[in-house]
Amino acid sequence: MKNKLLARMARLGGLSSALLLAGCELDVLDPKGPVGEGVKSLILTSTIAMLIVVVPTIILSLYFAWHYRQSNTSAEYLPKWCHSNKIELIIWGVPTLIIIFLAVITYQTCHSLDPYKPLEAEANTKPLHVEVVALDWKWLFIYPEQGIATVNQLAIPVNTPVDFVITSDSVMNSFFIPRLGSMIYAMAGMQTQLHLLASEPGDYLGESANYSGRGFSDMKFHTLAVSGDEFNAWVEKVKSSSEQLDGQTYPKLAAPSEANPVEYFAHVEPGMFNTIVAKYNNGMVMDKQTGQKVQMQSASAMSDMNMKE
Amino acid sequence: MLGRLSLSAIPFDVPILVGTFAGVAIIGVAVLGLITYFGKWGYLWKEWFTSVDHKRLAVMYIILALVALFRGFADAIMMRTQLALAYAGNPGYLPPHHYDQIFSAHGTIMIFFLAMAFMTGLFNFVVPLQIGARDVAFPFLNNLSFWMTAIAFILVNVSLFIGEFSQCGWLAYPPLSESQFSPGVGVDYYIWAIQLSGVGTLLTGVNFFVTIVKMRAPGMTWMKMPVFTWTAFCSSILIMVSFPVLTVAVALLGLDRYFGMHFFTNDGGGNQMMYLNLIWAWGHPEVYILVIPAFGVFSEVVPAFSQKPLFGYGTMVYATCAIMVLSFLVWVHHFFTMGAGPDVNAFFGIATMVISIPTGVKLFNWMFTMYKGRIQYHACMYWVIGFMVTFTIGGMTGVMMAIPGADFVLHNSLFLIAHFHNVIIGGVYFGYIAGMNFWFPKVMGFKMNESWGIRAFWFWFIGFYFAFVPLYVVGFQGMTRRLNHYDNPAWHPWLLVAEVGAVLILLGIVCQLTQLYVTIRDRNLPENQDVTGDPWNGRSLEWSTSSPPPPYNFAIVPHVHELDAFMHDKENGIDTRHAGGPYEAIHMPKNTAAGILVGGFSLVFGFAAVWYIWWLAAIGLIGVIGTVIARSANKDIDYYIPADEVARIENEHSRKLMAQAAE
Repeated sequence: MKNKLLARMARLGGLSSALLLAGCELDVLDPKGPVGEGVKSLILTSTIAMLIVVVPTIILSLYFAWHYRQSNTSAEYLPKWCHSNKIELIIWGVPTLIIIFLAVITYQTCHSLDPYKPLEAEANTKPLHVEVVALDWKWLFIYPEQGIATVNQLAIPVNTPVDFVITSDSVMNSFFIPRLGSMIYAMAGMQTQLHLLASEPGDYLGESANYSGRGFSDMKFHTLAVSGDEFNAWVEKVKSSSEQLDGQTYPKLAAPSEANPVEYFAHVEPGMFNTIVAKYNNGMVMDKQTGQKVQMQSASAMSDMNMKE
Repeated sequence: MLGRLSLSAIPFDVPILVGTFAGVAIIGVAVLGLITYFGKWGYLWKEWFTSVDHKRLAVMYIILALVALFRGFADAIMMRTQLALAYAGNPGYLPPHHYDQIFSAHGTIMIFFLAMAFMTGLFNFVVPLQIGARDVAFPFLNNLSFWMTAIAFILVNVSLFIGEFSQCGWLAYPPLSESQFSPGVGVDYYIWAIQLSGVGTLLTGVNFFVTIVKMRAPGMTWMKMPVFTWTAFCSSILIMVSFPVLTVAVALLGLDRYFGMHFFTNDGGGNQMMYLNLIWAWGHPEVYILVIPAFGVFSEVVPAFSQKPLFGYGTMVYATCAIMVLSFLVWVHHFFTMGAGPDVNAFFGIATMVISIPTGVKLFNWMFTMYKGRIQYHACMYWVIGFMVTFTIGGMTGVMMAIPGADFVLHNSLFLIAHFHNVIIGGVYFGYIAGMNFWFPKVMGFKMNESWGIRAFWFWFIGFYFAFVPLYVVGFQGMTRRLNHYDNPAWHPWLLVAEVGAVLILLGIVCQLTQLYVTIRDRNLPENQDVTGDPWNGRSLEWSTSSPPPPYNFAIVPHVHELDAFMHDKENGIDTRHAGGPYEAIHMPKNTAAGILVGGFSLVFGFAAVWYIWWLAAIGLIGVIGTVIARSANKDIDYYIPADEVARIENEHSRKLMAQAAE
């Protein structure tokens, strides 16, 4: 019986190590940016701290369970023993100490990894602004400074902080690029913020981490982290597209679609993002660039359009 | 006339559902036919459906839970199979419309109808016996609670064949669950199933709270109360405080959907985050509602089979109460990613971690109960040790996710799925099954088969690791929950392993069914019979009465001198039963059909409300109110078991005990 079990365990171990060797890359633990690096070291530190309790607990449980089995008559048996202040002190004390340690790093990392906190950049690097709109079932990226927009493709220059402002023109989604770090919800009528930076060039998967209905599984995008020159070339490529994004073309884009292909818009109507947020707030919006409350003019017209769809 | 209901609502075009329906229909007709053939309808009606006896209701609750397990697991293995197939362009066999219903139903059923029903079943069986009471405080409400839960489960299953179920996940987050995005009947089925079962659960909470406060045997002060009863008490308080929040949250969603209001809509001033806050203000206490009684089970099982009192009883009680209070201070950890400030996140993150301290203490207490004991390896103990290992890992991954910085990459990933199955299966389910194996002889008068129980444990235990460790890994690889298909080659092998795990768990369930079958088949073998009512040398009062206990539980209400009352009596030669009397006539509640009638009318009402069949809804509602009035006016609700009858039953048991002692 015991041998069979051991054999089974050995096979289990063999299989799992094979799986680990078979190109198992843990995206979240192999980040390509400082936010992800911060999260990774936090996960590793906290795990090690907890293993201080977890490993002895598991080993002692199994050891006690084995050693004090009924057939082992040589083990001590104290049928009345049920209290010890010393043990109580240790079992409350040690976990408390570990939790105090974790609480301190939790407080620190809540601030250092706050998605709303701008990232420190090297001198002369201006952050890139990107406005993100979650639609059914695709991602719209508006580059207000470049005046362009794309669907399901996000290009960012490496080593440049990217300031995302995120909303939704449909149900709740969550904006997530596992290789770069934190996610944040996208909610209609609300603006959330996220700051990320890619330190290595690459093509990273982006996805929605919050289920949003039928087309959710294909709500993915490519994050192209490229050099500054390549980024400029990419902007030019988008600008050469024949499509435009404005009050007329937007409703067609916003209509539900599944597995939407990448789209480029050479020109985007200024204030598009604010208009999308404002239509759920009686035309009012807090502009994140200026910090001013703005009354959008076309908001009611656009929201009527959407309602009728 | 039929509201939204038409023939097109019946999914003839989905072969899986047509097949399922045919299967259910055949089995249903066979069961009903057999009952009719053997003429058991009267027996079922008189002895079970209308019974207000907590022991009978307990059995019905657990049968309901096992049926829910069957349905919920069928959903689970379908999802795993879909994800094992739907890779690199293969759409799998479940289109999103069907798949999204399956994961929504899986969560809803497993939490509300497997876990809650199982837990209530254990409460019902154990609590009155453990505190030396003859029944719960409100026996009729107890019966009503059962039927509200049962009909809500029926409503969920009706949605399989008429219309559709919710496709919004088990908590139906708006705005997706609003009529703008989910115009079908699915969310309405969800709303009414939750609301109707919520009535049952809330009444259960009130019932057990009052029972434990008011009906403890003389001498049983708070700190002499068995730990399972303590956990049932804390859990009942949590139910009373949190279920109304669920009811309100879902009712507001219902107002949005039925009356076009704007509580959680995108427009009109609605706010979806308000729903998230409300639903988790219920949802987080809910997981403690489920797991605290499992802790109670372990606190009974470990001492019994270690042949030693529980280590640190006081600590255990305080730890349970601390968990109860703290469970209300952590709900925001379910949505750290909504963009709250760092201080808010830090508060809720740290509050969450603090819960791990009393929880950890409990684990150590069970460990030191085994320490210097004489552990008997009954099947229960396998589940306990499996729990201790598994739950520790689940607790660790829970604390990881409690750190907002880490949650920012793990939230909504399959890592999260692995974590909560780690604590729900490894904690709640293992605990309840241990409880079932432990108290089964008390319920039925014969013991459960051991070898099939142990086989079931190994399949569940190993199957759990196969099914969920891969999900931890793909979570780290950025795979989010609720995906219908994917094309990432790194995820595929892990999802194949998870499928193997699901099959192993299936074998575990098969072993459990076999265990039940073998147990019932071999019930008359002398070694399986529980003649004394105390098969495990138990410590608390439920073991002092016969197995199964007489309708009145205790002919003479026991006096409690110490914690572990029955063990104290046994050690000091006190006869807890006061065999020989003198006996008095015992006042008992009469069975009533009101519960099943209210349940039946509620089902009609719920179904009609889902489909907008307003005349039928009116009939259902009038039926409910009418039944309640009729029941309130009924004065013939009790009877006495005469002293002679009590004496006859008790003497019969005494004779058995003496015969056993003589052997």
